[in-house]
Amino acid sequence: MSPAPSVTASAAPVRAAPDPARRQAIGRGLFWAATALFLAAVLVQGLYSAGLTQVGFANWRPVLYAYVIWSVAVCASQVLRHGQRGQRALFVLPAFLFTLAVVVFPTVFGLFIAFSDWNLSSFTGRQFNGIDNFVAMLNDPYYWNAMGNMVIYVLAVLVQYAIAFGLALLLNAEIRARKFFRVAFLLPFMLSPVAVSWMIGKSLMEYRFGPLAQLARFLGWDSPAFFATPWIARASIIALDSWVSIPFIMILLLAGLQAMPKDIMEAARIDGATGWQAFWKITFPLMLPVSVTAIVLRIIFQLKLADIVINTTAGGPGGATDTVTSFIYREYRDRSNVGYGTMLAEFYFVLIVIFLTVLLALINRWMKRFPTT
Amino acid sequence: MATSLPNQNVSGQKRPSRLVWGRVIVYALLLFWTFVSLFPVYWTVTTSFKVAADVTQGHLIPWVDFTPQWRGWRSLGLSPETIGQTSTVRDEFLKRFQNSVVISVGASLLAVALGSLAAYGLSRFQYRFGKLGNRDLAFFFLSQLILPPVVLAMPFLVLYRELALLDTRIGIILLYTLTVLPIVIWIMRDQFQSIPIELEEAAFIDGASIWGAFFRIILPIALPGMVAAFILSLVLCWNEYFFAALLTSTNANTLPVMLASQTGSQGVNWWSMAALATAAILPLAIVGILLERYLIKGLTAGAVK
Repeated sequence: MSPAPSVTASAAPVRAAPDPARRQAIGRGLFWAATALFLAAVLVQGLYSAGLTQVGFANWRPVLYAYVIWSVAVCASQVLRHGQRGQRALFVLPAFLFTLAVVVFPTVFGLFIAFSDWNLSSFTGRQFNGIDNFVAMLNDPYYWNAMGNMVIYVLAVLVQYAIAFGLALLLNAEIRARKFFRVAFLLPFMLSPVAVSWMIGKSLMEYRFGPLAQLARFLGWDSPAFFATPWIARASIIALDSWVSIPFIMILLLAGLQAMPKDIMEAARIDGATGWQAFWKITFPLMLPVSVTAIVLRIIFQLKLADIVINTTAGGPGGATDTVTSFIYREYRDRSNVGYGTMLAEFYFVLIVIFLTVLLALINRWMKRFPTT
Repeated sequence: MATSLPNQNVSGQKRPSRLVWGRVIVYALLLFWTFVSLFPVYWTVTTSFKVAADVTQGHLIPWVDFTPQWRGWRSLGLSPETIGQTSTVRDEFLKRFQNSVVISVGASLLAVALGSLAAYGLSRFQYRFGKLGNRDLAFFFLSQLILPPVVLAMPFLVLYRELALLDTRIGIILLYTLTVLPIVIWIMRDQFQSIPIELEEAAFIDGASIWGAFFRIILPIALPGMVAAFILSLVLCWNEYFFAALLTSTNANTLPVMLASQTGSQGVNWWSMAALATAAILPLAIVGILLERYLIKGLTAGAVK
């Protein structure tokens, strides 16, 4: 006559030792319920924003919440369904679902934008226009000019690498106050590139009163305009960028130097090798793996270069210092041209992937010729 | 034999003087680069205490060739005599400062949490999601580093408008988390791989669960690595400009955006720009200098094998 007590009585042991079948069912149910909720949210909001229904939310935010709930449910159902295996999956799932939401979805959505005529400041809204953007891109001299500049900026990484190597060797020498010098050398890396643009680009290099301009006058350069002619402007931007990023390469190389076995250098010295010989025959080959890591990482970051250019020259004079990123930035800021800008960005991304794949393949082949390790 | 002996003697005599010269050159180069690294910072900090005449006449050393004044800091509302008064510029600055702190700390914490978990999983367990194995998963995470910000910027602009996340702190935090997540995973994977697996095996024998062993045994050991990842993320997020410039306007502006918006409008009003730049770089420079050890640990993780 009283089923309630027996239910609670049987519920307690379930909690203590849940039977697998039931847990599986709960897990599966949770997963499908959350999926249904998420799809329903997308559907409701999609129909509403398309103007087909009257019921909906003011914006898409609830769909985001539904995605979060769905993600939590996915994690929970993994544990419920797979036990230990699920608990292990729980380590990577949050990062995976996060990356999926903030990278994969926007990039795919970006492809969709890239093939449309979409200017945020016009009222016509988004219109599919096929490969028009692509054709316009092929005929855009400023874009290809920026692309050419990127080649120069990437090549500048090699110069930065050479300087950084010298600095790392200095720091690795037997010196006093090593920690002070290391902190001093590392400091530029901690500073915001925007602040650096002003500190160096707009004040130290200022034509009238900047100390660097004065120094240049003292050294005999009559009109030290650092951003007036294309090549000097490019060199100035590279100098600014180097100031910020040389410490990064230097620290990697220094770590490599410090990890090098001391006895090899000792043996070289006993054999009578000069410093120069020891460097080219021993240090440099041994440092190749670290060097490659540092250069590749720097190239990856260099391909994103924008802050300094935007804030110092805004791409000028005549696009001579433009990077692809700063060019697209202005394409949006000045013209609100989202569709075209996205096409430029996605194409750039494809080029980067191809370039880095080829670069890494070449490096791998090249490194195999050095049987030092 | 006879000819080579004097030669050796000569080089033996020469060696001390060559050594001295070598040391002089090493220290000269070290001091030169220290000057290159520090002078722009010195210049910025001192300029914030100059008046117009000091700037135009190129005065460099305080108390020697110019008298420091609170000019730049007064225009920010941060000088001793204006600190008690109300100042719209200071309110503006403090708001941006607060945004920068909340956003960079929030994004770094989130990235370290998500990244450490993922890195631990990848360094300890064998995964199979459909066809994806550990290598593919690690590649999936690390390859995000290649993605240029421009590719994400405009889709995010449109998406955030629809999600009502434009010009909000949380929106920027999510994006920054994404940009530093690969770096955190890179550092932490290296960190976890250096911890012997026997520690967990012992914990399992004592009856700990997978997550229990992770939190009680592994996490305390990996803490220095997590601090390193956090500091590096903090530096990168604090200095980020591109996304902040595109996706914020009035509410969630960070310091770099404020700084950039002032650069054009100030003209020769150098002292106030210098004060602003100093205030923007100083907090992080101090953090970086004090925790330089961790910053270096973070930068070099996985680079040297």
